[in-house]
Amino acid sequence: MIVVIDYGLGNTGSVVNMIKKIGAEAIASSDPLVLEKADKLILPGVGKFDHAMNQLKALDLIDPLNHLVLETHKPILGICLGIQMFTKESEEGILPGLGWIDGQTIRFNFTDHIKNLKVPHMGWNSITPSRNNEMFPQIDNELRYYFVHSYHVVCNNRQDILATTHYGYDFVSAIQKDNIWGVQFHPEKSHRYGMEFLKAFIEGV
Amino acid sequence: MLSKRIIPCLLLDGRGLVKTVRFQNPKYVGDPINAVKIFNEKFVDEIIFLDISAAREGKGPNFEFISEIASECFIPFCYGGGIRTIQDAKKLYCIGVEKVSVNSAAIENPALIKELADQFGSQSVVAAMDIKKNWLGKYMVMKNQGKIKTSQKPLEYALRLQNLGAGELLVNSMDSDGTMEGFDLDILSELSDNVSIPLIACGGAGSLEHIKKVLEDTGISAAAAGSLFVFKGKHRAVLINYPSRENIKSILGNE
Repeated sequence: MIVVIDYGLGNTGSVVNMIKKIGAEAIASSDPLVLEKADKLILPGVGKFDHAMNQLKALDLIDPLNHLVLETHKPILGICLGIQMFTKESEEGILPGLGWIDGQTIRFNFTDHIKNLKVPHMGWNSITPSRNNEMFPQIDNELRYYFVHSYHVVCNNRQDILATTHYGYDFVSAIQKDNIWGVQFHPEKSHRYGMEFLKAFIEGV
Repeated sequence: MLSKRIIPCLLLDGRGLVKTVRFQNPKYVGDPINAVKIFNEKFVDEIIFLDISAAREGKGPNFEFISEIASECFIPFCYGGGIRTIQDAKKLYCIGVEKVSVNSAAIENPALIKELADQFGSQSVVAAMDIKKNWLGKYMVMKNQGKIKTSQKPLEYALRLQNLGAGELLVNSMDSDGTMEGFDLDILSELSDNVSIPLIACGGAGSLEHIKKVLEDTGISAAAAGSLFVFKGKHRAVLINYPSRENIKSILGNE
């Protein structure tokens, strides 16, 4: 059973729908007891960093999540704002993040020659895996995922980077450290590419 | 590299899918759920549903029905129609809508855009504007599905929406809607040259050549089309269609 953490922010419905489409079981919940029984957790997120951290706090989820992820090593996948919450802090807010990944979240910052790039980075873009290529099976020689974000993760440890994407410059589009996985793109909205990725996370990790 | 998007923009009237010409005469073209299933299989970049009955009849979004659509939608889903409050938007995000599109409500209450962006992030907020030329050839921003003129000028209004925190602008050219005669390139260029957020152009696509032209000749990020993806042939027979990935690559160059 996959539990999609429902903290009032994020498209839990889409994530649950996609997992069911793959043929796995999923529910959305914010109950620590349900989270504890999950085989794997997914932290989705659409919205603002501080608002999201406040919601986790208001639902008393920070301690249970720290316990499940850092002590019992339950696999967790952060999506979009979810991956950003795994870092220590974000330029989007003033609250600390979960801090599971040594890194920060920053806003796209383009130098003059590429200033005309639009922010948010929105639409389909490709990724370049740094390792664990089996998580990203190519289809028709392509790896395309749907992105929509204005901020991105910066890792202080290169070995945490799982994939990068080019938008003005190369930014971190997927991370993995032990049982902690994160993607900046939306696998739940990346049709066949997203399905393959989620399948790999659900079945393989 | 980021691909430019090609987006089916579909109109809901109650539980039916319809298509208009210049915002008039909605013609029934089929079942939305069925259409979504087909578009999923065609791996479309994104999908936009605008409910033209939600605002008209003053009854906000039909959440139950949108939820049915969302549960079949494995591609980015933008919904617009009758959204007036933060609560409306929140419900939509929860049932699986990625982006909400706000049109008339933003004209009457611009603060709504800011509130939505503050709470849910700019990327979840699409500001839609319906534009139309007056008899002097000047563009006007229209409201209430193009029935009422406003005093807003398109560029000033677009910049205002951007400053309020909209993450994307959906520009509907009323004069081109359903005509399949091509996009309104001049105004789209003017807007995209001056705003810094992504712009979706809608209205006038009649062929992939039109889409190629608007994506290449203007700075817009996405081309949306209704008629092109629901009709086939000169008799406008209803047929849900979308170009294959190979086809898109050959048209837009190897992106």
